[in-house]
Amino acid sequence: MDLQEILKQLGETFLDWKAIGEVLPKMFAVGLPNTLVLAVTSGVIGTVLGMLLALMGISRNPVARWIARVYTDILRGLPPVLTILVIGLGFGPIIRQLSGSTSPYPMAIAALSLMSGAYIGEIFRSGIQSVDKGQLEATRALGFGYGPAMRLVVVPQGVRRVLPALVNQFIALIKESSLVFLLGLVATEREIFQIGKDAASTSGNLSPYVAAAIFYLALTIPLTHFVNWIDRRLRSGRPEKKEPDEAAAVVGKGAQA
Amino acid sequence: MSEFVSGTLTAKNIHLSFGSNRVLRGIDLHVEKGTTASVIGPSGSGKSTLLRVMNRLIEPEQGDILLDGRSVLKDNPDELRRRIGMVFQQFNLFPHKTVAENITLALRKLRRMSKERAREEALAQLDLVGLKHKADARPANLSGGQQQRVAIARALAMKPEVMFFDEATSALDPELVKGVLALMTDLAKGGMTMVVVTHEMGFSRNVSDTVTFMDAGVVVETGSPEQLFTEPRTDRLKGFLSDVL
Repeated sequence: MDLQEILKQLGETFLDWKAIGEVLPKMFAVGLPNTLVLAVTSGVIGTVLGMLLALMGISRNPVARWIARVYTDILRGLPPVLTILVIGLGFGPIIRQLSGSTSPYPMAIAALSLMSGAYIGEIFRSGIQSVDKGQLEATRALGFGYGPAMRLVVVPQGVRRVLPALVNQFIALIKESSLVFLLGLVATEREIFQIGKDAASTSGNLSPYVAAAIFYLALTIPLTHFVNWIDRRLRSGRPEKKEPDEAAAVVGKGAQA
Repeated sequence: MSEFVSGTLTAKNIHLSFGSNRVLRGIDLHVEKGTTASVIGPSGSGKSTLLRVMNRLIEPEQGDILLDGRSVLKDNPDELRRRIGMVFQQFNLFPHKTVAENITLALRKLRRMSKERAREEALAQLDLVGLKHKADARPANLSGGQQQRVAIARALAMKPEVMFFDEATSALDPELVKGVLALMTDLAKGGMTMVVVTHEMGFSRNVSDTVTFMDAGVVVETGSPEQLFTEPRTDRLKGFLSDVL
């Protein structure tokens, strides 16, 4: 087999334009919306859960701290595939009996949310704890209670600092959402990866996977660059000229005192 | 500068420990309405901790704190702190907010002022410290001296009855110290009740009405600047003065 033949074979396996073209409509109509719904919904729930875990993790209540710690250690320590299977298959039947819904879709979202919540919680916690203690002290000295001081001054600064890490977590979530195919979603609920997988198994050609890859990259690469952009902006701040202390010598009315 | 509604502050027999470290061991301090008390002493003597106990950022283990003759230990500590302004060594401005927003935050959330009213008040306070033109800048784009003057304006906007200064000029470049001290002098002369923890012996001697020398958690000497600086009675104060002067 010479090089030309190898290339030809690879081309037919991965870049069969006909196979890619055939899977595109379904990718746009079913796969992309489902991936987005899974990632965005569990991203939002995971962010709320993560903030709760972060606040518990830094609270003065040892029970709250302990709960946050144990939760985070377990959910971060398990492989995503195991979490998704255990939650989806284990809790699915219970939900089915309670709600009558047979769709594993909510279970998929729950598993992704619980998982990302653990990671996002650690991201938020590190951000909040990196804020200088003087910020809380100054806010409290003005007369704010602990809760409002955290909410108005400390948490916003902490979150701002970890935005790049947070967006990275969303990128991971988009990719991990592909694992929900393990739960056996019905045709209309299938996401990018499974649409690709289905098409690949019916056609016996791997090109639909390439189509799926392009869809993932179209989502993740812009986000990666968005992270870099935020990161640069946070590092350098807005380009404003730092002025010398021109007023230091003449302190308003103080100087004449 | 306009008059202030100042109060008289008294701390009685304040005790505080951090674990086995007895930081404050029976501190008494009396600051008459409209006067300035400076607190001097070596680092680690408990000066800054005393300020934090007197506005209840840290609760004392024993002793009493009185504002205008009434004990404040049973009050809501958040409400007490609205009556006592505090200025920090590291300024502690909110970096994610503009200069004006640093001042309006407490006015809007705690004093329930409208956005316009709070902004007006913030600009008036900034004008007093000579920084009205920086209202919409971020703290990071100001010099240290300007930041500290914003921090003073932020505290003054709450119309406090007492102002605390915790080594307010220690983090400043030498050429910026003068401006901040001038502003503090101005406040003292305007009749604000002030407690000033400082290493600026010139300020302590020339501006304050009383000087308190602390060492190892106790008040070693207290009296007029004249008394302490020209006739120190204890060896500890003599030693301290010969080190810093």
